[in-house]
Amino acid sequence: MIEIKNLHKSYHMGKNSLHVLKGINFTVAEGEMVSIMGSSGSGKSTLLNILGILDEADEGSYTLDGTLIKNLNEKVAARYRNKFLGFIFQSFNLINYKSALDNVSMPLYYQGVKRNIRTEKAMHYLEKVGLADWASHLPSELSGGQKQRVAIARALASDPKVLLADEPTGALDTKTSYEVMELIQGINDEGKTILIVTHEDDIAHMTKRIVNLKDGLIIDDSIVNQVRAKTESYV
Amino acid sequence: MFNIERWQEIFEAIRKNKLRTFLTGLSVASGIFILVILLAIGQGMSNGVAKEFEKDATNRISVWTNVTSEEYKGLNPGRIIEMDNRDYEMAVNKNRDKLEYKSGVYSRWGQLTTYKKENGSYRVEGVRGDYQFLENATLVAGRYINQGDLNNFEKVTIIGNQVYLDLFKEGNAIGEYVDIAGIKFKVVGIYSDPGGEREETRLFIPLTTAQRVFNAGDKLRSLAFTLEKQDNYEDALAASEAFSAGLETDLKIAHTISPTDDRAVNVNNTLENAKKFYDLNNMIRWFFWGVGICTIIAGVVGVSNIMLIIVKERTKEIGVRKAIGAQPWSIIGMILHESIFVTAVAGFVGLIFSMLLLQFVGPFIETDYIRNPSVNFSVAITTVIILVVAGAVAGFFPAYRAANIKPIEALRDE
Repeated sequence: MIEIKNLHKSYHMGKNSLHVLKGINFTVAEGEMVSIMGSSGSGKSTLLNILGILDEADEGSYTLDGTLIKNLNEKVAARYRNKFLGFIFQSFNLINYKSALDNVSMPLYYQGVKRNIRTEKAMHYLEKVGLADWASHLPSELSGGQKQRVAIARALASDPKVLLADEPTGALDTKTSYEVMELIQGINDEGKTILIVTHEDDIAHMTKRIVNLKDGLIIDDSIVNQVRAKTESYV
Repeated sequence: MFNIERWQEIFEAIRKNKLRTFLTGLSVASGIFILVILLAIGQGMSNGVAKEFEKDATNRISVWTNVTSEEYKGLNPGRIIEMDNRDYEMAVNKNRDKLEYKSGVYSRWGQLTTYKKENGSYRVEGVRGDYQFLENATLVAGRYINQGDLNNFEKVTIIGNQVYLDLFKEGNAIGEYVDIAGIKFKVVGIYSDPGGEREETRLFIPLTTAQRVFNAGDKLRSLAFTLEKQDNYEDALAASEAFSAGLETDLKIAHTISPTDDRAVNVNNTLENAKKFYDLNNMIRWFFWGVGICTIIAGVVGVSNIMLIIVKERTKEIGVRKAIGAQPWSIIGMILHESIFVTAVAGFVGLIFSMLLLQFVGPFIETDYIRNPSVNFSVAITTVIILVVAGAVAGFFPAYRAANIKPIEALRDE
């Protein structure tokens, strides 16, 4: 599903240049659930941005679902993001003047899906995250966990190949974090490929594989025993 | 354009920032308001000038004489120059095929005129039949002076509308006799003049009669001519200037006046005067356009500024939208749409207010040089086009900036 080879990325600030990624080789198969760990400055966010086609590598290749991602213009990048990827952010990034339902249907709007079909699909995903009753509420009327679940529904709405989550539980308390992780695990159980950037050990252990980054290099990449967020599986 | 989501977003953004949007709109609205009012005043000035020149034939050339101001061929300055029938005949004979209407005039100011118990003091002018057209006068009743009146020294008079109202109080006037300076004249016509009251407080009598009853011999106070119509304005102006200059020279030679004396003979060319006024008017109008457009530019800069702030405020939202697949063009469209919408609505409000003001106040403005300020349909359409263009210009830079927002930077902006 994801294949990156010898990825390099530097940031230039004036005369100084900061070499963030120093040759990353990394493959993710379909249906995997991978967490990327590392201290701040290790390059994990940069890696996620490149994977999310929000940023481009200086060197090396990135293939997503058989498509080489290189030298894309804004238009094509936007289309690929819409088609291949779903984003989950630490701070949810819902549009605060739109209802939960409208937030979820937004990726479909950018796909050019008709309004009634869009609403129907969005409603389906809201049901999936257990928030059907909150469809008409604004983000400000929802709790943190609910917001993140709306964001997850939004990420799923365009039926992407890969879900990219940047510290999805960073702004949530432990109980809510686990509920959200339970939901994400459930989605993975259905076969969706998921990448999570986190620095919390317990969250990382709820995935199936942990990749450890340090100073722009992968220092450890190991399969772990997945800890279920709750014993009963979430459907 | 007819996308419900986008309209919702625009209204949402406006609702969130009512005061800010209102103030921005106000600047655009006042810009349009000022532009329209200025243009209307320009139009009013044109109307006023047009009215001013309507009172006489627009191509009238008037000649009158004064005292000499220069010593010439041994003659002292301060000599009174008087024209007579020979001057008139010379001018007519020399330009027989060029003249359209012509008349010599012998007039007297402040002649006591009486009808029964009513009386008034009016100017009495002895003229020829053509004078009706030279004065741009319309007959309300009866007839004008004809050749028979001139040949027979008839004591007939054509009275102005105002004179009629003063003396006859709406009663029958035609065929009645009025007493002018002690002599009975039969009223044969009533005229009206676009020049209004001032031009209608006169009585016209046959020139020959006037010269006889006022004991003037063959003296004339002034001459009035119009030239045959030309195909275009430039030709008409050139012909009339040539005629005026020629006539002035002839009269100076006939009366032994220095060629450089500019007081003794006065030739007033209406067409030339009109041209000066219209040129001035045009300049003023362009100036008004300039001022108005500058005002709108100030408004547009305001809108642009606000849109930049909106883009700044929504940087993160735009980043999110891009992350979930918004095309750059859809972001540009969103910002442009809002900008055009705000500008257009505010502009229309300004347009409507100014139109209402002109509608209700305009007709009451009737000073000498500004008359019924108004704007016509094409000006209104032009301002609407200006509005839409202004909105697009105002939105362009903010939209461009929004489109260039990198989602990664926008999302980092926490």
